[in-house]
Amino acid sequence: MTRLNMLQAINTTLRGELARDERTLVLGQDVGRLGGVFRATDGLLDEFGPDRVVDMPLAEASIVGAAIGLAAAGLVPIAEMQFLGFSHQAFHQIGAQLARMRYRSQGRFPMPVVIRAPFGGGVRTPELHSEALEAQFVQSPGLSVVMPATPADAKGLLQTAVRSSDPVLFCEPLRGYRLVTGEVADGDAPVPFGKLRVARDGTDVTLVAWSAAVQVAEKAAEALAEEGISAAVVDLRTLVPLDEAGLADAVAATGRCVVVHEAPLSAGFGAEVVATVNDAAFYSLEAPVARVAAPDTPYPPGRIEDHFVPGVDRVVAAARATVKAA
Amino acid sequence: MSGFTPQFRPEHGEATPWTVLRPDGELEPGREAALSDEQLRDACELTLFSRAFDEKGFSLQRQGRFGTFSPVRGQEASVVGAAFALDPARDWVVPQYRELPALLRQGLPLEQFMLTFLGDPRGGAAPEGVNVLPIQIGLAAQLPQAVGLAWGHALQGRDSVVAVFCGDGASSEGDFHEACNLAGTLRAPVVFVVQNNGWAISTPRARQSAAATLAGRAPGYGIPGALVDGNDLLAVHQVVADAVARARAGEGPTLVETLTYRLGDHNTADDASRYQPAEELEAWAPRDPISRVLAHLRTRELWDDAHDTAVRERIAARIDEAVRTVEAMEPPGVEHLFEHVTETLSPRLQGQRAELQAQVRTR
Ligand SMILES: Cc1ncc(C[n+]2csc(CCOP(=O)(O)OP(=O)(O)O)c2C)c(N)n1
Repeated sequence: MTRLNMLQAINTTLRGELARDERTLVLGQDVGRLGGVFRATDGLLDEFGPDRVVDMPLAEASIVGAAIGLAAAGLVPIAEMQFLGFSHQAFHQIGAQLARMRYRSQGRFPMPVVIRAPFGGGVRTPELHSEALEAQFVQSPGLSVVMPATPADAKGLLQTAVRSSDPVLFCEPLRGYRLVTGEVADGDAPVPFGKLRVARDGTDVTLVAWSAAVQVAEKAAEALAEEGISAAVVDLRTLVPLDEAGLADAVAATGRCVVVHEAPLSAGFGAEVVATVNDAAFYSLEAPVARVAAPDTPYPPGRIEDHFVPGVDRVVAAARATVKAA
Repeated sequence: MSGFTPQFRPEHGEATPWTVLRPDGELEPGREAALSDEQLRDACELTLFSRAFDEKGFSLQRQGRFGTFSPVRGQEASVVGAAFALDPARDWVVPQYRELPALLRQGLPLEQFMLTFLGDPRGGAAPEGVNVLPIQIGLAAQLPQAVGLAWGHALQGRDSVVAVFCGDGASSEGDFHEACNLAGTLRAPVVFVVQNNGWAISTPRARQSAAATLAGRAPGYGIPGALVDGNDLLAVHQVVADAVARARAGEGPTLVETLTYRLGDHNTADDASRYQPAEELEAWAPRDPISRVLAHLRTRELWDDAHDTAVRERIAARIDEAVRTVEAMEPPGVEHLFEHVTETLSPRLQGQRAELQAQVRTR
C-alpha cells in the first residue's frame, strides 16, 4: 500500500496498464509533452514514446472517432477529454457511435475504449470546465459510466476499465485530484463495476453519492453524528452498471435515503436512484427519498458556484428532514 | 481600400506572410500605412493598453484578486490591426477569449471584461449597442455562430461585417471547417481571423495540421485566404481591411491567418516553460509587435517621450480605476444563479430559488 492522491493514482495506473499490454495507447490534447493540463499523464511520453502517448490535434470528435477505429484495428485506446465539458464536441462519436458499435456490428467490433474526463465544481474554473454531465452518458446504452471518489477506486476502477472490452466513460473529480488522498494497493487490484462501496456505516439514514459528492456526504454524516443522527454513506462508484441490489440493501437497512449529486436536479441520475429504490426497496421506506442536487440553471461563474454545488449544510438539512419525517 | 487583394499562393512551403512594417519600424519598399496618423497613434495606445493590462492581470491573479485569464502578450498587433479595420458602429466582433483589445475597441467597458474573468455573472452584461458576442471558451464554437450572425445581418439588408477570431488549435475543430464551408456557400460577410500563435497550450502548430499554412486551406472552402505577419499591425490592418471591404461589397468571406507567437504562458494556470523552447522565445523577442510600431511612430515623429509618458500614465490610471470599480462592487448573490436563465422562471425554478435563498439565510 502507498499513500497517493487521485492524480498520482491515475498516473501510476496508466503507467502500469501501458507496461502490461502493449496494445494500449493514450491519446488526447496535451497528454504528451506537457503530461496533461493536470499532469495525469506526466512522464508517460518519455517512458513509452510518441506512438503510445499521443498529442492529438485539437478536435474532440476526431479523438473519440479515432479511438473507435483504433479499437476496431485491435488496439486499446485510452482517450482523454481535457474536461468533460468538451465531450459535447465529441458527443455524437460517443453516444451515437462508440456506445453502440458492438451492437451494430453484432459483436464483431467490441470497443475496449476508455475515455477519461475530469469534471466537477468548486475550483473556480472558466465556463464549461465544471459541468457534471454524467446523466447524458447514462442515456447511451452500451457505455459504462464510472465515477470514482477515492484514489484506491481511481486505480482499481481504471484497471477494470482498461481491461474491459466495452467502452467506458471514466469521470475524474478534479476537485479531488490533489486534495483527496488515500492508501492505494500496489500492483493489480482491479475493482469490479456494479458493486457499490459502503463508505460509512449508519443506522438512521443512507446518503447515496458518487464522485466528489461522496466527500460532501461523509462530512455531512460527521455533522449529523454530532446531532445524534447516524448516517450511512454509500458510494455508487459506477452508475452504469448500477448496483441495484446493493442500493436496495443499503436503503432498507435504514429505511431512509438522501441522494446527493453535483448535476442539476431535473432528470439527474438522482432521479434514477429514487426510481430504483422505489422498485427495489419501497416497502422498507419510512420517508420519501430526498434529493440534494444543483439547481436547474447553467453552471455559474466562480464567485457563486458555492451556491450551486451542493454543500454539507444542504445535505445535513435534507437528512435531518428525512429522519424527522413520520 | 489599400488596393491589396488578399492572395494566397498554395505551393507547399512557399507562403510568405504579407508584411508592411519591418521589425526596425521602416516600411517595406512600395508599401504604405493605410491608417491615418491619429488612428495609428490610437492603435498603438491600444496595444500598450493591452500589454499593461496583461501585466496587471497577472499580478492581480497571483494575489488572488483576479481569475484565470489568457493574456494577449505577443499577439497585440494581430488583434489591434484587425480591430482597426472594423467600424464599431456597424461591424461585429465574435471573440474566442484572447482578444481583449478588439472588444475594448468595439466599446466593451474594461470592467465588463474583468468581471467575466473574476467569475462574476454580471461580466456577461455587455451594453446594448456594443457589437460583440460574449467570450467563447468552447474552442471554435463561435465560428458557425459568426457565420449565422453575418448571414442574418445580410438577410435584413444591413451592411455589417463580422470579424471572428480563433487560434491555430481551434482551426482543427470540426466547427471551424463547417463554418468556413458554410460561409463560402452563403457568401456570408464574415472575416475569419486565425491567430496562429504557434501553440495550442503545449501542442505546437506542426502537430495541429499537416497543411503548410492554415490560410492555404481557403481554396478548399471556395474562399480567398491570406497569410499575414501577425506581429505587424499595419499589415494585419490592411489585409483585414481588404477582407472587410470584400465582405461589405457582397463578395463573401475571407480566411486570414496571422502568423504570430504567444510570448509565454497559455493562461495564468499554465507553465509554458515545460514545453516552450527558450530559443524560440528569444527568436521572437526582437519581433515584438509593440516595439515595432513604436519605432515606426518615432521615426515619423508621431511619438516622443512626453507623449509616451502621458499615454502610459493614462493607461495605468484607467486600469486602476477599473480595478477599483470592480473591487468595490457588492459580490453577486445566490439570486444570480437564476437571473436571465429564461425570460420567466418556471415554478420549479422559483421553488429552487426560494429553497437556496432560505438555505443561504440560515448559514
Ligand atoms: C472544445 C474545447 N476543447 C478544449 C478546450 C481546452 N483548451 C482551452 S484553450 C486550449 C488551446 C487553444 O489553442 P488555440 O486554439 O491555438 O488558441 P490559443 O489559446 O493559442 O490562442 C485548449 C485545448 C476548450 N476550451 N474547448
